[in-house]
Amino acid sequence: MSVLDAKIPAGPLKDKWANHKAHIHVVSPANKKKLDVIIVGTGLAGGSAAASLAELGYNVTAFCYQDSPRRAHSIAAQGGINAAKNYPNDNDSVFRLFYETVKGGDYRAREANVYRMAEVSGAIIDQCVAQGVPFARDYGGLLDNRSFGGALVSRTFYARGQTGQQLLLGCYSALNRQIQKGKVKVMDRYEVLDVVVVDGKARGVIARDLTTGRIERFGAHAVVLATGGYGNVFFLSTNAMGCNGSAAWHAYKRGAFFGNPCFVQIHPTCIPVHGEQQSKLTLMSESLRNDGRVWVPKKIEDAQKLQAGTLNPNDIPDEDRDFYLERRYPAFGNLVPRDVASRAAKERCDAGFGVNNTGKAVFLDFKYAIQQLGRETIEKRYGNLFQMYEKITAVDPYHNPMMIYPAIHYSMGGLWVDYNLMTTVPGLYAIGECNFSDHGANRLGASALMQGLADGYFILPYTIGDYLAKDIQTPKINTQTPEFEQAEKEVMERLKKLYDIKGTKSPDHFHKHLGHIMWDYIGMAREEKGLEKAIGMIADLKEEFYKELRVTGEFSAMNNELEKASRVADFIELAALMARDALDRKESCGGHFRLESSTEEGEAKRDDEHYKYVSVWEYEGEEKAPKLHKEELVFENVELAQRSYK
Amino acid sequence: MADTILKELTLKIWRQKDAKSKGGFETYKVRDISTGTSFLEMLDILNEQLVSENREPVAFDHDCREGICGTCSLFIDGRAHGPDDDVTTCQLHMRRFKEGATITIEPWRSGAFPVIKDLIVDRHAFEKIQQAGGYVSVNTGGVPDGNTIPIANDKAEEAMDAAACIGCGACVATCKNSSAMLYVAAKVSQFALLPQGKIEAARRAKAMVAKMDELGFGNCTNTGACESECPKSISIEHIARLNREYIKAKLKD
Amino acid sequence: MSNFLTSSIGKKVVMSLSGLFLIMFLCVHLALNLLLIFDNSGELFNHGAHFMATNPLIKIVEPVLALGFIIHMVWACVLTVQNQKARPSGYKKSSQSGNATWPSRNMFILGGVILIFLGIHLYNFWWNIKFPELGTPLSMIEIDGVEMEDTYTLVVGLFRSSICYCLLYILGAIFLGLHLSHGFWSAFQSIGFSNQIWRKRLEFVAYLFAVVIGAGFAIIPVYFLVGLGN
Repeated sequence: MSVLDAKIPAGPLKDKWANHKAHIHVVSPANKKKLDVIIVGTGLAGGSAAASLAELGYNVTAFCYQDSPRRAHSIAAQGGINAAKNYPNDNDSVFRLFYETVKGGDYRAREANVYRMAEVSGAIIDQCVAQGVPFARDYGGLLDNRSFGGALVSRTFYARGQTGQQLLLGCYSALNRQIQKGKVKVMDRYEVLDVVVVDGKARGVIARDLTTGRIERFGAHAVVLATGGYGNVFFLSTNAMGCNGSAAWHAYKRGAFFGNPCFVQIHPTCIPVHGEQQSKLTLMSESLRNDGRVWVPKKIEDAQKLQAGTLNPNDIPDEDRDFYLERRYPAFGNLVPRDVASRAAKERCDAGFGVNNTGKAVFLDFKYAIQQLGRETIEKRYGNLFQMYEKITAVDPYHNPMMIYPAIHYSMGGLWVDYNLMTTVPGLYAIGECNFSDHGANRLGASALMQGLADGYFILPYTIGDYLAKDIQTPKINTQTPEFEQAEKEVMERLKKLYDIKGTKSPDHFHKHLGHIMWDYIGMAREEKGLEKAIGMIADLKEEFYKELRVTGEFSAMNNELEKASRVADFIELAALMARDALDRKESCGGHFRLESSTEEGEAKRDDEHYKYVSVWEYEGEEKAPKLHKEELVFENVELAQRSYK
Repeated sequence: MADTILKELTLKIWRQKDAKSKGGFETYKVRDISTGTSFLEMLDILNEQLVSENREPVAFDHDCREGICGTCSLFIDGRAHGPDDDVTTCQLHMRRFKEGATITIEPWRSGAFPVIKDLIVDRHAFEKIQQAGGYVSVNTGGVPDGNTIPIANDKAEEAMDAAACIGCGACVATCKNSSAMLYVAAKVSQFALLPQGKIEAARRAKAMVAKMDELGFGNCTNTGACESECPKSISIEHIARLNREYIKAKLKD
Repeated sequence: MSNFLTSSIGKKVVMSLSGLFLIMFLCVHLALNLLLIFDNSGELFNHGAHFMATNPLIKIVEPVLALGFIIHMVWACVLTVQNQKARPSGYKKSSQSGNATWPSRNMFILGGVILIFLGIHLYNFWWNIKFPELGTPLSMIEIDGVEMEDTYTLVVGLFRSSICYCLLYILGAIFLGLHLSHGFWSAFQSIGFSNQIWRKRLEFVAYLFAVVIGAGFAIIPVYFLVGLGN
């Protein structure tokens, strides 16, 4: 047997979770009180897990780098959360949600995990309603649904354009209740920089107090990473400025394997980049594609005039507009999955049909929806998004088409976990976006919230008990041991090394540079030559980084530059692994598009014969190349087919 | 509409080494800023410039840069979140400023929000208020089906208006009394409007108000400044509801 | 009800209720004062003043009224001190004019000015009427067979004798109007009587009320100033 054991329960798909739950160990209430759990990250996954575990009786310490758990980046999710409730009576079911997720992920996700997520999806909605999340309601007072990309049914629950915020605040309220009861301690403005492994088991973390700069040790019987994604490796992304991959990356270095690092999602509807001085990209919700129509001009002359700023898009008649998504994918039209929509936009822009001064934008037009439904309806549905767009661009989207372009949004890849959400380090769990599990090579819209909450509310609280049940004899973890001392020393040295370079260039300088390499070579289209070149460039950048970095300010005090430097150092290493993974996977699938593997029409071509596996990377040391393990994916319940949204 | 370049801007920024140190204003110049740049990107540019001069950059709070996480603060030219309506500082763009302008940037000022460094303040007081009662007491699991709790559309919408609070603290920062009433009202009102929250409404209102008072926020005098500076336009009608809920709760005591 | 009066909302309720009580007083006071300009002979006003001075109910209400004033002032001071303390270091630059009305931001100052005015006002009239033996004694007059103080002559005499007094009274009335323009609706807001619909109504009524009270009190000195009285 391979070193990878996914521990997928036997039996029919629909019974796996029930059977598994029935047979795993449970910790008694009296013993739960004696067990400590560390949770890193307080977004939907971390926050819901922290609250749920504390409710069960575990003593939880939750870490976040923000000044409050409520500010985790789950808060920025706009459109909604999927659940197979079948309230609209449109033939939705657990199986359909499962099937569409596996298909949307281009058949690179584990069947059993996805099915389980679909199974618990309904309970998430119930839980959130009970917490007082103000979901949209129809006039009869019942819950309303909208449609999202890649789905043939309406199963997305939403709270205006702020669904992530409302779900996170629900979680945050549950967390506050436990803080009040003394069951959760939140360490805010703390950044976890390493995981401590004692006798092969995760037993704690090393964290930096961002206010004072002090490095501290924390022990627990189990450690849960819920640190989100690593999209910021691209510098410009829709992630929050502070989102980083450091905790996950150092867990990898401590023995947790990394799954599918090259799978990142590029979201098709972001506000285009305006210039070199930009620090952040803003997402416009996918829900906009419910009513907006995506187009570029049919005539290249018109596109050139738009680029020069001499033509008003409203003056282009309908017959001269190329609604390329509707043209290419008549069945799904504007609601094709994200990877497909992103590539189609890039294809048009690369062909010279881009509509702004940089030539890297397409239109998302609400003219037709406003004609059909009236301005008031559109305002009700998307008012806050339209306002946000206007604030940023100074263009009124009620009268002019929005301009959008793809941007890095989500990482499907992450720490490899088994069915219990445990990494290859015993006692170390990864949940939410931080793990690799449920979305394969492409995530469907409104599924990130579902996964985070499924993991935190309904999966981890069961599976962690199975592990901790064997640990009830272990007393409180002592942090005054050689392992903790060593880990702390290593973190200290790592930071000191960065601080002492005393070069001339800021962390942001290197981060931007890294972002350019990533976007150009490991972005929407990848090919062998480019990836090899990128690996060389990343290595050069790393060398320059350790020669030229400048970290101003004091070492043992609040120091944003040191925080950034530490994150960029890890991003550079992670970038190299992503490039290596992308190079290994010679097929196109989901968000990973290899130019060498495409159909004549330019669609992605998957290669199930050779790549029907999860790439799982093992760290082998600083000087050695990481080792690739393969978790073969078995599809017993869905038929593998080339994805078609035509 | 098209972006132009602001050739030179003067920034007067509050600098303070840490909570214990005495702070003061320092003046900086930034040049060639596109009007399409966001205010925080302009500060990023300043910081990059400071690093290149081997000086310590200005510390300010920020994270999502999409106006939703509530991390960014800043009192810019005398206004919380600067000279634009219904935005957070991260959504404020340089097109709101004129060529050659002098921009004064200060941290939130309130006894309950002590300065940590430069423009960063400690908003733990807000956390404590939420912990005192900003929740519905339900555990994970064992809840009824979502559709067994019907909620009238207008009530759900009104609750959502209140729930939109991002906890940034602009209400406290702008209130001449440093009152946190709008922040507390948003949560109390959201739950008071929903059947799920009604059961604990009295306990919640009392606990959250008591905590707010204990933490040294000022008293609301209904000026409405909070409402007009709130980036999410939360109405002081929610404060009226909080007053109602609180008085009702206290009358029963 | 434990701790209600010391809680922030409780204190505001005290301000609100005492304020509303004082508003009722203002209504009665203005109604009586307007008698000055509806009857140049002064009989109507003297009747009114006599009624107020002799009616037992008014006698009972008088100390309650004084208490209302005192509570309103003391609580205002407490609130203001607490509010000042809530922001130990202020802003270098603050532009609040766009986000709240001037009266709403300066209620304490307005209240203080009104208090000064009230002092002068009490000295001019109330003191002389109440303690004629200590101040200028009032002349007596007989109307419809009843002997009463000639309050009319006292009031009209003052307005006629000094433009300064007239201006002071007009100014006092304006400040009172400004105080009410915020105070009236704020009182309802503080006791929770406001929502989307009622807020607009109350704000409208508040402005209307402020104008009526302010203009009502100001019109009397103007009336005599321009020589409309006999």
